[in-house]
Amino acid sequence: MEKRVTFDNRLLPYLLLAPQIVVTLVFFFWPTAQAIWQSVLIEDAFGGNSRFVWFENFERLFNDPGYYASVRLTVVFSFLVAGLGLALSLLFAVMADRVIRGAETYKTFLIWPYAVAPAVAGVLWGFLFNPSIGIVAWMLQGVGIEFNYVINGNQALLLVVLASVWTQLSYNFLFFLAGLQSIPRSLIEAAAIDGAGPGRRFWDIVFPLLSPTGFFLLVINVIYAFIGTFGVISSLTQGGPGRATEILVYKVYNDGFRGQDLGGSAAQSVLMMIVLVLLTFVQFRFIERRVHY
Amino acid sequence: MVENRPFFTFLSHFIVLVGVLIVFFPVWMTFVASTHDQATMLRAPVPLLPGTHLIENYRTVLLEGYGQRFGSNPMLHTLINSMIMALGVAIGKIAISIIAAFAIVYFRFPARMFFFWAIFVTLMLPVEIRIVPTYGVVASLGMLDSYAGLIIPVIASATATFLFRQFFLSVPDELAEAARIDGAGPFRFCWDTLLPLSVTTIAALFVIQFIYGWNQYLWPLLITTKESYYTMVMTVSRQANVVDSVPSWNLLMAMAMLAMLPPVLVVVFMQRLFVRGLVETEK
Amino acid sequence: MAVVHLRGVKKSYDKLEVIHGIDVDIAHGEFIVIVGPSGCGKSTLLRMVAGLEKITGGEVTIGDRVVNRLEPKDRDIAMVFQNYALYPHMSVYENMAYGLKIRKLSKADINTRVRKAAKILELEPLLQRRPRQLSGGQRQRVAMGRAIVRDPAVFLFDEPLSNLDAKLRVQMRLEIKRLQRELAVTSIYVTHDQVEAMTLADRLIVMNAGVADQIGTPMDVYDRPASTFVAGFIGSPAMNFLAGKVGANGRSIDLVGVGDTRVSVQLLSTASVPSGTPVTLGLRPEHFVPTDHGALELEIDLAEPLGADTLLHGRFGHARELATVRLPGHVLAKPGEKRRYAVSPERLHLFDAQTGKRLAGI
Repeated sequence: MEKRVTFDNRLLPYLLLAPQIVVTLVFFFWPTAQAIWQSVLIEDAFGGNSRFVWFENFERLFNDPGYYASVRLTVVFSFLVAGLGLALSLLFAVMADRVIRGAETYKTFLIWPYAVAPAVAGVLWGFLFNPSIGIVAWMLQGVGIEFNYVINGNQALLLVVLASVWTQLSYNFLFFLAGLQSIPRSLIEAAAIDGAGPGRRFWDIVFPLLSPTGFFLLVINVIYAFIGTFGVISSLTQGGPGRATEILVYKVYNDGFRGQDLGGSAAQSVLMMIVLVLLTFVQFRFIERRVHY
Repeated sequence: MVENRPFFTFLSHFIVLVGVLIVFFPVWMTFVASTHDQATMLRAPVPLLPGTHLIENYRTVLLEGYGQRFGSNPMLHTLINSMIMALGVAIGKIAISIIAAFAIVYFRFPARMFFFWAIFVTLMLPVEIRIVPTYGVVASLGMLDSYAGLIIPVIASATATFLFRQFFLSVPDELAEAARIDGAGPFRFCWDTLLPLSVTTIAALFVIQFIYGWNQYLWPLLITTKESYYTMVMTVSRQANVVDSVPSWNLLMAMAMLAMLPPVLVVVFMQRLFVRGLVETEK
Repeated sequence: MAVVHLRGVKKSYDKLEVIHGIDVDIAHGEFIVIVGPSGCGKSTLLRMVAGLEKITGGEVTIGDRVVNRLEPKDRDIAMVFQNYALYPHMSVYENMAYGLKIRKLSKADINTRVRKAAKILELEPLLQRRPRQLSGGQRQRVAMGRAIVRDPAVFLFDEPLSNLDAKLRVQMRLEIKRLQRELAVTSIYVTHDQVEAMTLADRLIVMNAGVADQIGTPMDVYDRPASTFVAGFIGSPAMNFLAGKVGANGRSIDLVGVGDTRVSVQLLSTASVPSGTPVTLGLRPEHFVPTDHGALELEIDLAEPLGADTLLHGRFGHARELATVRLPGHVLAKPGEKRRYAVSPERLHLFDAQTGKRLAGI
């Protein structure tokens, strides 16, 4: 953790650190402090008076069924995005790993969606499922399913999940593939000689050894579902129809900028920060315990 | 694989190909849409194969703008804005991170660990959850509608500093000792020894940060009011939600393609660096 | 326990043939060692017997079945890998029990077998530990335990001792030998270490570039190496080679460039090739006898006292090659000194200078 050799200058390190510290101070700590401060105020929408109200904003939140609805929705949403995202990418990674020739080519074809912004992904999927001209919506209609995510809340949620999973596929795929390739071949061969067929080998050997990677990806995907999917929601549904897709992070934005409820929005921010810090804490703790066999 | 069952191999290929299809399908449809005229795009089913209006659509979008609610700002300008922002974020972040990491690793000074933990904390909270007050700060600094306002707040989190710190820690002590014996001061050591060693890490990080900066959505949306500062990703997203009587899907999809193209090209052509960047960042 | 036959076994990768036809019959309970330098194909050969590599040509028979098309698990084999290949997330007990679990043995059966193997290998106190908590030697024993519990027809070893330090290697070598004697299971063992090969094997297969240069007992291979390759590979320090020609009467070898005058070495009997044929003469370092009238004069370059022996390095006359002489005890010698040696004719080895093959009749 420490370097044996260091330089002796007194002033220089501060100078070198300064830009990063300044930027972080002004654009990270200051706003975070403000959020905490604002969460205990009720502000007049036009910046007039503000009253110090202790935890009234938080109380209001905890008594607001709308907030709980959003919390429940976020949990369900995260489950779906993380679950579907991990399962699909694991499948692709396992299949790609078996194909010795061509694994590299498949990799190229599967990782580029990472470069697509979630917001743009939302636009693309909105186009595919557009009630009037979307090709998939049209195909669904052909088999008798009416698809209109603008009025159907569940369908809207489904669409948002699909678009979010699509963007994350490549990231998950990459890590799973790397994890698979780090399992020594001799382990698989030993299992084969012991008599395990491919199915058993996967569940008894590969899956347990892949679990550190899997857990890591789970945390990443959950954080993504909490936060990174903002662009998708904003492009596709803006939290609608009627709050059916208003997950917590979007609610923070909505209440703060559209609803002008600065106190409430700040309180939500603070709560989310706490959850996120906990999640990151869990991630780091677990990463440390990633045993290297 | 140990067994020699050709069926299995076939199945594996098949599943991966299905995956590739799923991944490509939305983009393919978008591309196809961007090559037809408006009329074709108003009837369902929309075509599955490209049309003949590719050049015309892209020219319109780039040079004449998408008209209607978002004004007639040529997308060429918007593209440039995105490019400036992405490059600014990538270069800016790397620049301040390298020197900060260098300071933390290679110098001993009071409050060193304090600064380190302060920076570490920033890893945990992405901008989306502190969006409202951050906007307030930027507004009060008069940085709305400016490139500085677009770029600087985005580089506030210290992921890159952390990464460089990890990397510097892995550089053998002997190099610094040799430099000291040779009489080199910190600047020379950094320039002559450390930086050349860091080139691949810097390149990998550049790829990741460029994509990150280019794909910024919420932040440019909030702090720009003048069209001349809009970026591609935010424009595409906003435009898609404008409720028009007769939407121009073909032009909209052309814009979407433009918004996607640069980062995708970067990933495809710098794949190895990109993968390395991802893996390093998450350690 | 079974008989293993390899008939014309070949291996090719696309168009490149890397193993050019191996024939060997391995008897019940025999310990066969495949030895050779890196890249000679020994591991590939073993893996073909195991079923981990496809057999491109020829046949492998275990017991009375041709196993070419059988999966590894159906061949009744067990394998010990170089890096042990222990399942890191399972305990020692579970590692050893895994193969039996898959074959659906009862819990009681599994318990009996695992504990029996653990007893033989002195692993009983370690049964609940994970591999990462074990030392290299202990891991190696677990790997062997995993093989033993299966009670297979053939044991396969793929350089199992390479990852251990020198002292441990010697110790484990003896354990493996003792174990194999006790269990009397047919074993095929791959190594690049000729000492391991010599001490463990009932018979050796010396491989060179995909070909079995010689198959024989350790003493066969030592006393009558079939080629310069085998001669130089087995025995340490390596055999000395001198260039020469068959003498006029066929009963001596004239060494080339070894002295100012003609230096000849007497043969036991007449050489089977005409005089004048270029040959390579092989002389093991341990077979030199110091005499005043010896035919060979060594100009000493360097002396290496080992304690029990001394190695003298130098050149014979004007010969290009460096030669080594090993003498018992502590011998004092200074660089530049010249000493004379003789070699008993029974200890001479004669090889064709071009093909490297042993020449008969001596």
